[in-house]
Amino acid sequence: MAAETLRVVCYLNQFFGQLGGEDKAGVGPQVVDGAIGAARAVQQALGDAGTVVATVICGDNYAAEQAERATAELVALVAAARPDLLVAGPAFLAGRYGVACGALCAAAQAELKIPTVTGMHAENPGVELYRRQVYVVQTGAEATRMLPEVQRLVALGLKLARGEAIGAPAAHGYFARGVTRNIVAGANAADRAVAMLLDKLAGRAFTTEVPRPAFPPVAAPRLVKTLAGATIALVTDGGLVPRGNPDGIEALNATRYGAYSIEGKSSLDAAQYDNPHRGYDTTWVKQDPHRLVPVDVARELEQSGAIGKLHETVYSTVGVATTLAQSARMGREIAEKLRAAGVDAVILTST
Amino acid sequence: MTPVAVMVGANRVVSAAGIIHPLGSADLSPEDEKALRRRIVEQALQALRTEVAKPTVFGRE
Repeated sequence: MAAETLRVVCYLNQFFGQLGGEDKAGVGPQVVDGAIGAARAVQQALGDAGTVVATVICGDNYAAEQAERATAELVALVAAARPDLLVAGPAFLAGRYGVACGALCAAAQAELKIPTVTGMHAENPGVELYRRQVYVVQTGAEATRMLPEVQRLVALGLKLARGEAIGAPAAHGYFARGVTRNIVAGANAADRAVAMLLDKLAGRAFTTEVPRPAFPPVAAPRLVKTLAGATIALVTDGGLVPRGNPDGIEALNATRYGAYSIEGKSSLDAAQYDNPHRGYDTTWVKQDPHRLVPVDVARELEQSGAIGKLHETVYSTVGVATTLAQSARMGREIAEKLRAAGVDAVILTST
Repeated sequence: MTPVAVMVGANRVVSAAGIIHPLGSADLSPEDEKALRRRIVEQALQALRTEVAKPTVFGRE
């Protein structure tokens, strides 16, 4: 056994697996012998320590829209390659991809009893969903430094595969798994707290021992009016814009949103709209914008009296690789404008 | 993507028809597609009328 090198399987989405872009996001799980696409970086980082025996690939939409089925199919493909280690991603800031990586790693660990490692940006939703179950190495937002990022995934993966002790999250660059381990600290808690406070007062860097949760709960507001007396607004993060994109909403990592009048419109004419969103295949929502923003149906519900009024302004932005800080700011600004306009409730359609 | 919506703390989440066309489906006839859209919007209105204490998914699943 000692002479055999470690068998490694990589998981990639359709883009990093070189099947194609959003046009291939619907493809189902498939396997390729050896390392292709981004898995070549994994092989490079492994060197003589292991061999990428197979690359498993699945489209982002397939993985996101039928998550359970996709994960089961992917686990079967991984199992067939009999790996000692699964390396998924890295997914950077790609949300669907990150969630798929986390789900597959968690399932492979549980069902195949093999170690797994993945990598993502701190704001990838896959981090919060899976960091407690899976070793998720922190990466940048984009694949501009693929090899050094992959080297860190592989370094941790090799330690896991060899059964070596894993140090604290900061030592290996992975997201805290919520595991508490007893250690002998150099100073007692009071001394450490005072030292931290002095660092804070002096403007020096310090590291909290109790990080705050990333997503504090938001109280659920109650609709105090009846629907028949309420004004309802439509908002989307799916990228609907008038033709020409007058507000210059970015194709990804958006910092802007638009306010678009639907006054006098019982429906949206596809010829008058466009969509700069680069996080999903927008072919179908460009064909018929109602597939994203349901003005037609909402108008009918307004006319029939099911709702009091449809707000005459639709707010829209592009939600892909958008930072939490920008999302929160835009959300706050839009909410303030809606409240000032007397809107009672919002239907936000998301892609 | 409903698990993501729940994870970030959206309180009322309606499961819709997919990432590339949340409120429609190119596979359906125009009439059926609009009926699907209407069902999802009505589900959203129903969700708005429902009091929730934590992130809750309405609709399919």
